[in-house]
Amino acid sequence: MPTFEVDHLSLHYLTRFGEKIQAVSDVSFTMEQGEILGIAGESGCGKSTLVNGLMGLFIPPLYPTSGDVRVGGESLMKRTPQDIRKNVLSQKVSMIPQGAFNALNPTRKIKDIAADVIASHTGGHTSKKDIEARLRERFDLFGMDTERVLNAFPIQLTAGERQRSVIGISTLLNPQMVIADEPTSALDVTTQKVVIRMIFDLLEKGIFNTMIFITHELPLLRHVANNIAIMYAGEFVEKGTNEQVVFDPRHPYTQALMGSMLSAEPGQKSRKPVSIEGAPPSLAKVPPGCRFAARCPVARADCKTQKQELRMVAGRLVRCNYAE
Amino acid sequence: MPNNSSAPAPVFYAKNVTKTFGHGKTLVKAVDDVSFSIADGEIVSIVGGSGCGKSVLAKVMLGLYKQNQGEFTYRGKAITDTRSHWNEVQSVFQDPFSCFNQFFSIRSQLKDALNILKVKPSKAEADARVDAGLMAVNITPKDIEGKYPFELSGGQMQRMLLARIFALRPKVLIADEPTSMVDACVRANILDYLMKLKVELGMTIVFVTHDIGLAYYVSDRLFIMHEGKIVESGTPDEVTQHPQSPHTVQLLEDIPEIHKEWLKR
Repeated sequence: MPTFEVDHLSLHYLTRFGEKIQAVSDVSFTMEQGEILGIAGESGCGKSTLVNGLMGLFIPPLYPTSGDVRVGGESLMKRTPQDIRKNVLSQKVSMIPQGAFNALNPTRKIKDIAADVIASHTGGHTSKKDIEARLRERFDLFGMDTERVLNAFPIQLTAGERQRSVIGISTLLNPQMVIADEPTSALDVTTQKVVIRMIFDLLEKGIFNTMIFITHELPLLRHVANNIAIMYAGEFVEKGTNEQVVFDPRHPYTQALMGSMLSAEPGQKSRKPVSIEGAPPSLAKVPPGCRFAARCPVARADCKTQKQELRMVAGRLVRCNYAE
Repeated sequence: MPNNSSAPAPVFYAKNVTKTFGHGKTLVKAVDDVSFSIADGEIVSIVGGSGCGKSVLAKVMLGLYKQNQGEFTYRGKAITDTRSHWNEVQSVFQDPFSCFNQFFSIRSQLKDALNILKVKPSKAEADARVDAGLMAVNITPKDIEGKYPFELSGGQMQRMLLARIFALRPKVLIADEPTSMVDACVRANILDYLMKLKVELGMTIVFVTHDIGLAYYVSDRLFIMHEGKIVESGTPDEVTQHPQSPHTVQLLEDIPEIHKEWLKR
């Protein structure tokens, strides 16, 4: 049985003017134990909205339109945020947020923030001493100066240490599934590597084993994920294995995305990164046909009117009627 | 300072520049004994990890900080009057949202920027220059008519900063992480505009970035910074293919490249 199932999930925002913004449409995938799924796409394509949906955390103005999310067979839909927070977050599904500095309360020490997570999910029966011992045991795995980090306020730590502490706190209760939403995009490359290494360390030690990794950096996904899904204007436009998507993209958007990458590899200086002109469509008025048609370099006459469905092309799913 | 009458003075010249913050126990050397010179029309990138002092060095170049020790000159003269300095040296900052006042329309702020010039343009000319600047970054002036900063996306705001540069036409541009906020496809766009600027205006550009891929693509020369010191400098190919300093090697290894083994699993 798959650990994590997402079945035709659509999510929308409702503005106070009664406008419906379809942020995520018809996303389906399943994940097995030990799988790492990477989701990539440009800003505003619905990655972060999808994260909220995958946790079942619907706080207005975000509403589920249709579809289902199941963790170990248990549905996360139609539950109150309180219920989700108490029984799902941290234990079954946990999220690693983007800005570690915003995620940590600046007036409390790391150990107090972390102790809250344990206390609130064990009904307050654990003694302070036990909690601290557990924290120390867990933080010892992270390769940091445990005593100093636990007793520090967030501002006293470096960006890398903060991000690692946040990952540590997110995974304290051994969740089945971890969703990392751009965990390294605010860090420099050296720190990024340290943080990714820590995530793999935790995977190896079995603290969690299934992960969704969200980023807009495809080269990073290449090294992190088993499978990659490319998102555009709220839809998955291509989903396949790491090698398929990175080395042999079939959807025009994925190809354009790969073309816009810069790299410091030898002989690449003459290769000009290609920019994609224009902007994604407004999700308040979803176009009837292909959502990428207006920017697509190989669009055909009927692309703007014909609905595109995900179909199998060369062993992966592509949402383009003409891709081959 | 090199003042042989034949060669023109370099745009920026630094000799043993040190900038420290704090004192006593809390003394931090942000820039530590740095020497370099940047010639007219050159594109130089300063690359380093967080906290290596690259932004402080950029602020020294802008005259926002004064060095504690050493000599720093712009075209042979020390920076004394920042207003006249900014006439010729302008910058694009990291976070476009904190660069604009949210209570004024973007257009009025772009026009206000022209007041820094020595010869103030007439009203009609100012309008024309702002329009030209906007057109240069692929934004029709009508689109932002009456718009305020919070109504635009991050990528659009970053383009507004570039439109400002197009309107001002400075001789030197200091770009402090101009593409940190945007994703890869918008980044390629912004680089296109910058290259256009460089060709049209013959500008000298100093890039400050932690993205060695970007630096490699745009620049004539790279400076690698580590803990306040410039540990290596040279052409992009020299630096990326035959790195001498262990810090450069580390930096290069840490970038996730598609065709390279990055992290053993």
